[in-house]
Amino acid sequence: MSALQLNNVTVAPWGIALLEDISFTLQPGEVLGVIGPNGAGKTTLLNTIAGDIPLHDGEFLVHGKPYREWDRRSLAKTMAYLQQLSLLNFPYTVEEVILLGRSPHDTGITRDSEILEDVLQLADITDLRDRLYTRLSGGEKQRVQLARVFSQIWQKNTMEGTLLLLDEPTAALDIQHQQGTTDAIKELAGKGCAIVLVVHDFNVAASLATRLLALKNGKQVAFGKPLDVFTEKFFTDVFAADVAIVEHPSRSQPMIISR
Amino acid sequence: MLLLPLGITLGLSFGAVPLSLAEVLKALAETIHGDTRSQNSLIVGQLRLPRVLLAAVMGAGLGMSGAAMQGLFRNPLADPSLIGVTAGASLGAALVIVLGNTLLQGSISLFGYVGLSLISVGAFTGGLIAVFFVYRLASSGNGTSVATMLLAGIAITALTGALGSLLEFYSDNQMLRRISMWKMGGLDGANYPRLWLASVVTAGVLLALPRYAKALNALLLGESEARHLGINVDRVKLALIIWVAIGVGTSVAMVGTIAFVGLVVPHMMRMLIGPNHIYLLPASALAGAILLLLADTLSRLVIAPTELPVGIITAIIGVPFFVSLLRNRHHYGMQG
Repeated sequence: MSALQLNNVTVAPWGIALLEDISFTLQPGEVLGVIGPNGAGKTTLLNTIAGDIPLHDGEFLVHGKPYREWDRRSLAKTMAYLQQLSLLNFPYTVEEVILLGRSPHDTGITRDSEILEDVLQLADITDLRDRLYTRLSGGEKQRVQLARVFSQIWQKNTMEGTLLLLDEPTAALDIQHQQGTTDAIKELAGKGCAIVLVVHDFNVAASLATRLLALKNGKQVAFGKPLDVFTEKFFTDVFAADVAIVEHPSRSQPMIISR
Repeated sequence: MLLLPLGITLGLSFGAVPLSLAEVLKALAETIHGDTRSQNSLIVGQLRLPRVLLAAVMGAGLGMSGAAMQGLFRNPLADPSLIGVTAGASLGAALVIVLGNTLLQGSISLFGYVGLSLISVGAFTGGLIAVFFVYRLASSGNGTSVATMLLAGIAITALTGALGSLLEFYSDNQMLRRISMWKMGGLDGANYPRLWLASVVTAGVLLALPRYAKALNALLLGESEARHLGINVDRVKLALIIWVAIGVGTSVAMVGTIAFVGLVVPHMMRMLIGPNHIYLLPASALAGAILLLLADTLSRLVIAPTELPVGIITAIIGVPFFVSLLRNRHHYGMQG
């Protein structure tokens, strides 16, 4: 059963179509990288899947079940969404913020604190656990929010049947934590979690994504494996950018360099 | 926790006629046994006890409502009057005072037996109508916008304020004095029927709001984040607004506008125990009860035997405290 399936999805919250006729299928354990120029509809796509924008046309299925048939609470136990901006301005501790991710579950304190330990390590924020969230730097806050969405769907052994939406999870991170976060995302995918990832860094996209979806002006302009999608012509057509594509020195993935 | 009974005892013993602790306890015992012959048991049982308990009950309601509103608006400077309930109530009360003198003489006795003046009924109704308008203005097909609600609250407050001023412009001196005394708030009208009514309503509020503690915690992350955590945000919003409107509306109707309890108390508690609403809501109720109790005791003492309106005392205590919070909020990690 697919983790996520979009059939001809169109959304037009203010009358103008922000997404038009989007269709793709995502299997458990797959990472879908969503790329495209600013304003192409990448975040709108995530918001749509998260149920924040009503559909104008088409439908989508989460874990084989149409979205409208899900009840909010059960869906929250299997689908988590990391948004770009966090509004939190009350002085919660880092631990409290992460445990908010457990609020759809009634798993009890023992289980929740085990999960807390796991995700603290996964996001490399164990040393921040007692700090006040409001006093963290931007990158630290982002790792805390990442740990929060991890905790919402975390399972120790298998994560089959979970779906994670990430909007630029590595944007504010230094290179060490970019690598750490990339590894964490790979670990989740390795356990069967399906992930939709909006990302601007093509090299992060190439190293993480098993599939790429390129959007331009709300339309789906490419869908496929990174090796097939990333061509010099693609970058000229979609991004109006002049790039060189070379092979990564140690991994079999394309590297995109600005000319 | 221990401060509340202590405050109640203090409130019982201080006043125009100071009583010792022993005298208070003796008078209480006499009241419980239905013995109202001595002067002390009259003072304690009939005057001070309902008043002190009413102060505690109203303070608890205001404190918890304030904490819930600050959580809902994700704004530490929000206060229960933001949703227009206080302003609407003031207008309702002023309307009754101005019109009541001429038109409604007959019906005053009708409400007299439940211990409620017609002014209170007018205030409560006015408060609820104002909240209804604020809520409707902020609601659209896509749900209710908290930001719009904030602005709608300001608009409705301004409008009712203007209408209130218009009424005052046309009222005579005696009415003016009654309107302004009512606005300042006071617990001097306390009696047992009022206390029972206030207790029932406040008990409802104190039991209902903590059910939304987890939702309020998630709401602090942001509305869409709360929705992604499986919370029915619009239902939670509506429920919180209704309970706060009922709670604060009752309190304004009974004791007038009491400033700063709903604003300052949740702030103090957040500094002591953090922003987690599971603890913050009950703590704010407790602290609100204690603060209003002490303020009311002070209001009876400062220029005894005359009483100051309690709203003046809470504002005088509250404003300097609030200003220091504004200046120092970064010391406890508050932003925004």
